[in-house]
Amino acid sequence: MTAELVRGQNHPLRETRLEITVSAATPVLSGSTAGETLRLDPQDACVHRFPVELDAVPASEERVSVVLALPPGVRFGAVAAPYVAVLGAGSGAELASFTIDGLGDESALVALEFYRRQGAWKVRAVGQGYAGGLPELLRDLGLKPEPEPKPDPAPSAAQPVAGDASGWSMEERLYNQVWGMFEDLARTIAGYRSAVGFAESRLDQELDRALSDPRTRVGPAAEAARDQAMARHTDLVDQARAALDRDLAQLTAEAEVVEPALPPAYAGWDSPVWHGYSVPEEPSMAVRVGELHLPEQPALRIPMLVRLPLERGLWVDSAQDRRRGQDVAVALAARLMASYPVGAYALQVIDPSGSASAALAPLVGSGVLREPPATGAAGVTTVLSRLTERVDLVHMALRAGAPDALPPDLDPAEQLLIVNDFPYGFDDRAITQLRYLADEGPSAGVHLLLIADREDAHEYGPVLDPLWRSLLRLTAVPDDHMADPWVGHAWTYEPLLPPHGSQVLPLVLRQIAAARQAYGS
Amino acid sequence: MTVNMTKGQQISLQKSDGGTLTAVRMGLGWQAAPRRGLFGKRTQEIDLDASAVLFADKEPTDVVFFQHLVSNDGSVRHTGDNRVGGAGQGGDDESILVDLQRVPVHVNQIVFTVNSFTGQTFGEVQNAFCRLVDETNGQELARYTLTGGGPHTAQIMAKVERSGAGWSMTAIGTPANGRTFQDLLPAIASAL
Repeated sequence: MTAELVRGQNHPLRETRLEITVSAATPVLSGSTAGETLRLDPQDACVHRFPVELDAVPASEERVSVVLALPPGVRFGAVAAPYVAVLGAGSGAELASFTIDGLGDESALVALEFYRRQGAWKVRAVGQGYAGGLPELLRDLGLKPEPEPKPDPAPSAAQPVAGDASGWSMEERLYNQVWGMFEDLARTIAGYRSAVGFAESRLDQELDRALSDPRTRVGPAAEAARDQAMARHTDLVDQARAALDRDLAQLTAEAEVVEPALPPAYAGWDSPVWHGYSVPEEPSMAVRVGELHLPEQPALRIPMLVRLPLERGLWVDSAQDRRRGQDVAVALAARLMASYPVGAYALQVIDPSGSASAALAPLVGSGVLREPPATGAAGVTTVLSRLTERVDLVHMALRAGAPDALPPDLDPAEQLLIVNDFPYGFDDRAITQLRYLADEGPSAGVHLLLIADREDAHEYGPVLDPLWRSLLRLTAVPDDHMADPWVGHAWTYEPLLPPHGSQVLPLVLRQIAAARQAYGS
Repeated sequence: MTVNMTKGQQISLQKSDGGTLTAVRMGLGWQAAPRRGLFGKRTQEIDLDASAVLFADKEPTDVVFFQHLVSNDGSVRHTGDNRVGGAGQGGDDESILVDLQRVPVHVNQIVFTVNSFTGQTFGEVQNAFCRLVDETNGQELARYTLTGGGPHTAQIMAKVERSGAGWSMTAIGTPANGRTFQDLLPAIASAL
C-alpha cells in the first residue's frame, strides 16, 4: 500500500530500515541530514537510492530530512517535478511517495522529513524550496556546507597573495615573503645574466673561429658565418629575456599585492598605512631601511627589511649629500621609534657642531627626543660615558646571571644613539667608547646610527676600518653598493624619505609623543 | 613504472599522459657503515656526495654540491649534505631537485655525479643506489644500483638534456675516481 502524500501530509511508518528513491528529470544531488550530519550521495544523477536507518539515528536527534539540490544555474521550476519514494528495506514495499510540484526559482529543497512521535517514526511531505540553493537550505537546517574540494589551480596561473609564506604571524609571513621575493629576483636575474654572458662569449668565439678559418675570413662566406653567429646570439638573448620577463611579471604582480599589505614598519613612507598609524603594542619584527633594485628592472623595488632589535649599527653615508644624509637618518630614527611600543625605545643625539639642528627639528619639536642634542666635546663625552656605563652594567648583570639586578634608575628601553658629523668633536677616548658601543652595544640594547662621511675620518687611518665594517652602510643617495646573500649582485640601495611635502613624519612623531603622554611616561 | 637503467640507455622524460616533466629529483641513498663493538666510533663513516653540474654547450656554468647548495639561478637545489648515510632501506640520503622549467635557457645539459668523499670504493659500500624521480608525483623514473660497482670512487650517473621543447635523460654510468665533482670534470666532459 503506497501512501501518495501531498505537501504537509504525514504518515506513520511500519519499518525503520528504509530505502529512499529520488527520481528527477535532470541530475540532482541528494542525501539526508540528521542533526549536524549531512550525508550526500556522492554522485549527482537522475535517480538516487540510498538507505536511511532510523534506528541508528541518535536519540538526541528529532528528525531526519531528505534533501535535493540542483546544479548551479538550474531551478526546479524549469524541470519536471521530482519524485521521492520511501521503501521498506526489508519488505521492499513502497511505504510512501511524494511528487514535489509547485516549485519555481528554488534550486534546493527539503523533500521529506522523518520525525519521532511518541516513540515511533513518521514521515512528512515537506517540499520546502530554497532560492538560495543548498547553502541556504543547510543554513536553515542549522548546518554549514562542507567546503567543496577545489581543483588545484595551475601553478603558472597562481594569483599572488600577500602573506603567502611560512610564519607564525602575518608579520612573519610577510617578512619571509619579502625575503623570498628578494631571493627570487636575485636568482632570476642571475639566470638571465648567465645566459646573456654565455651568448656573448659564444658569439665572440664563433666570430674568432670564422676569422681564423681562411675559408670564412672574407667574402660572402664570412658574412654568412657572422650573420649566423649573430642570429644565434640574438635568439638566445631573446629567449633569456622572455624567461626573465615571465618571472618579472610574476614578481611585479606579487609586489603589487604585498606592498599594500605591509604593516607600517615594513611599508614605504608613501603607504597609506602610515596615516592610520598608532603606536604598536609589540615591537615590530623587522624594519624597512630602504629599497633595493637591479638595473634590469628598476621599477621592481624590494623592501630592504632588517630584523629588530638591530644586530649591528647603521651608518648613513653622507659623503654625497650631507643634509640629505641627516634627513635620511632622522626618518630612520622616527621609523625605528614607531616600530616599538611606548617606553621601549629611546633616542639620544650627539650633534657636536649643531649642524643637524634643522634636520633634527621634527624629533625635537615633537618631543620624541627628550633631551636636546648633545653638543661640543663635553656633550660627546657625557652621552658616550652614560651609554658605555649602561652597556657595562647590562653585560655584568647578564654574566652574573642576574639580569633583574640592574639599578632601578636604568631606563629599560632600547637606546638609539644618533651621531652626526662623526668624528667631529671626538677625541681618542670617545672614539674608543664609540667602537665599544658598536661592538658590544647591540647585545645590551644600545644601537648606533652614524651620519658620517668616511673622508672626514681619514686621518685616523685604518684604525677605524673595523668600525666602518661593523656598521650597515646606507647611503644618502641611491647607490649600488648592497650585495645580496645568495648571488652577490650589486643592488642599488635607495634610502627612504617621506614624499616631498608629505606631513607623514610629523604626524607619526606626534602620535608617538601623544601615546607617551597617555601612558604618563 | 621503474626503469632499471643500463649504461647508455636513454629515456625521454615524457610523462605517460604526454605532458613533459617539470621537476625531477636525483636521489642518492646508501647504508651507513656498520658499527663494530666498543670502538664503534672508530668505524669509518661513508660519505657519498651527490652533485649536479650545469652545462651550456660544453661549458660548465654552475654546479650544485654540498658547498653550493643552490644554483645561482635557483633552478637546481641540493637538500643538504648527509655525511653518514642511512639505513639502506631505500630512502634517499641526499637529493638534488631540478625545476626544469626554471633552468636558464642557455643551460642544455645537467650532469649528475656521485663521489665517495671518504674514499671507499663502490665495491665497499652497501646498498647504494641512485635514482631519478618525477618530483611532481613521486614516481621513480629510473634507478641505478651502485653497490658492487667495482674499485672506483665516483660515477657519472646520468645527464638530463634539452631535446626539443622538453628534456630527456640518458644513463651514463661511467666509473671515475675523485673526491669531489672537480676531479670528475674531465670524465664528465667525455660524457657530454
